[in-house]
Amino acid sequence: MSGDSPVLKVTGVTKYFYEPVKFQVLRNINLDVKRGEFLSLVGKSGCGKSTLMYVLSTMDTDYEGELEIAGEKLTGQKQNELAAFRNQHIGFVFQFHYLLPEFTVLQNVMIPAQKLGRYTNEEIEQRAIDKLALLGMQEHVQKRTSKLSGGQQQRVAIARALINDPDIIMGDEPTGNLDSYNAGLVFDIFRELTSVYHQSIIAVTHDNEFARRTDRVVEMSDGQIMGAKK
Amino acid sequence: MNSRITAFKLSLEIARVHLVSKPKQTIIAMLGVTFGIGMFITLVSLMTGLNKFTEDLTMTSSPDIHIYQDVNEPRSSLLEQLNPTGMNKVYHQRPRQESARIRNAAQIVQLLRQDSRVQGVAPYLASQVFYNNGPVQLNGTIIGVDILEEDKLFDLGSKMKEGRLEDLLTNRDGIIIGSGLARKLDVKTGDRVTITTPEGFTRMLKITGIFQMGMGIVDNVRAYSNLAMVQTILNQNQSYITNINVRLFDRNQAKPMSIELSQILEYKAEDWETANATFLTGNKIRNIITYSVSITLLIVAGFGIYNILNMTIYNKMKDIAILKAMGFAGGDVRRIFMMQSLTIGFTGGLLGLVVGFILSVLISRAPFDGGDFVSLDHFPVNFSKTYYIIGVVFGVATTAIAGYMPSRKAAKLDPIEILRGQ
Repeated sequence: MSGDSPVLKVTGVTKYFYEPVKFQVLRNINLDVKRGEFLSLVGKSGCGKSTLMYVLSTMDTDYEGELEIAGEKLTGQKQNELAAFRNQHIGFVFQFHYLLPEFTVLQNVMIPAQKLGRYTNEEIEQRAIDKLALLGMQEHVQKRTSKLSGGQQQRVAIARALINDPDIIMGDEPTGNLDSYNAGLVFDIFRELTSVYHQSIIAVTHDNEFARRTDRVVEMSDGQIMGAKK
Repeated sequence: MNSRITAFKLSLEIARVHLVSKPKQTIIAMLGVTFGIGMFITLVSLMTGLNKFTEDLTMTSSPDIHIYQDVNEPRSSLLEQLNPTGMNKVYHQRPRQESARIRNAAQIVQLLRQDSRVQGVAPYLASQVFYNNGPVQLNGTIIGVDILEEDKLFDLGSKMKEGRLEDLLTNRDGIIIGSGLARKLDVKTGDRVTITTPEGFTRMLKITGIFQMGMGIVDNVRAYSNLAMVQTILNQNQSYITNINVRLFDRNQAKPMSIELSQILEYKAEDWETANATFLTGNKIRNIITYSVSITLLIVAGFGIYNILNMTIYNKMKDIAILKAMGFAGGDVRRIFMMQSLTIGFTGGLLGLVVGFILSVLISRAPFDGGDFVSLDHFPVNFSKTYYIIGVVFGVATTAIAGYMPSRKAAKLDPIEILRGQ
């Protein structure tokens, strides 16, 4: 795919909340994200940035407008198709790691790839070890996730997001629960992913320092995009 | 195709890890099913065993069709016969002095023997008698039979405790008496017993054998003798027959055939179902109770599984949310929890079969005194495979239903609510 065509394209997205009263959270959002672009989504609480990210994530399908990722139109697709699409094309990193506590580090990273089923189990294991090594976690592969520190758990979560080589990685406050050292570490990893591996990143953040260092900051207010800086 | 299989294996693996990581909870859920199915099998085996035992007992002494003269049958009055169109009223009509004899018994027997449905026919003669041995006097029944015909119908030979059936043929004044009767009279084979008919005729007979049917109501009162001897005692001629017993090839033919016979013959033909109505009703009620208790147990086990799975899903909401974010479809999530439910159901069910079998074996060996009425020294237990199959099928079905509802809830769970809600 050429660098010109956007990896993610949003046209005229509008969304309402109906509880407790009808309320417009997103107003006519238009956004393009290029391949290898590191984009941060900022704004005050309740401005709709998280809501927008969940629309982009394909998990929220209750909106008007159109969403296109990696050249595929996703608006109107069925839940199962969207799940399969997420599995292959989108990686997620949340404020909390959401690792499965009963499984080892290695198993946690392998699960999305086993779900995709493109490689044999041996290949998946090798790939998972490679991804963990990329994040400096190769010594912990056989540990239970509950035995790791917060920063380590977040790095495992990133390795899991990367296992299927997604086109785009979405983060909801990915450094929100980390100290500044680990937050810096995660930022550097994201930076490397965009510049070396040309994966795109969209991160919702409250951390101005984090946002300032990204390629593009999209600020939202009252459900609208204020204007792209930088 | 390949990805389908790995996705399936992955769901299985996640289900397995969930089950193994909470062993206590898994085992308790499993024991619920085990207990339910184990009790179902034990109860059903014991109940059907008892039913079958009593049924066999009843059937050994009850013919498929019994033909006799019913003296209590209401008859039309002479007035009605002479004036059939008028309004007649006869008060307190006395029963006619009627003999219990079946006329043309020989022809009826001949007719029945030619019927293709009939396996055997045994005409006999029954009378109330008193048995005397010294000062002991007991009320009972003497039955005059062709002992070999009787053996064909009721397998009398296998019920003999002392003596042989053939001994009766060689002793014109021989008698085979029930075991209870023998004990009360304190007699054994070779002894003599005096019998007195209601008409006051007395005769001394020689005991050639003792039988035991296993039922007090038979063993305590009944004795068999030669047909000719009983005819002599009753002062009747050689054609005097009061009852005809019929054994069919197919017992279920008895009801229609008895209706048919009642119409052809002028005597009452009673099928075994009518004769044993009380006993059959008891059987039915016992079955209903057994099944309702067992099903209740299984439903309780089902609620246990429902609860535990609901709790598991509640605890695993975050896991479900992230699995869905990572691309697990609703069906994959449902499969993970259905697998857990079915594993619990199947393993618990198989264990239940083992428990049920062990309990059944223990019960079948437990000593049980049937008392005077039935000869029974241990509980009769039915080891039919059918109930084991029903048990496992029902157990798995219950857990599948109990597991389906929480699993569907997990499948429908909206990941955004969980992922945002933190």
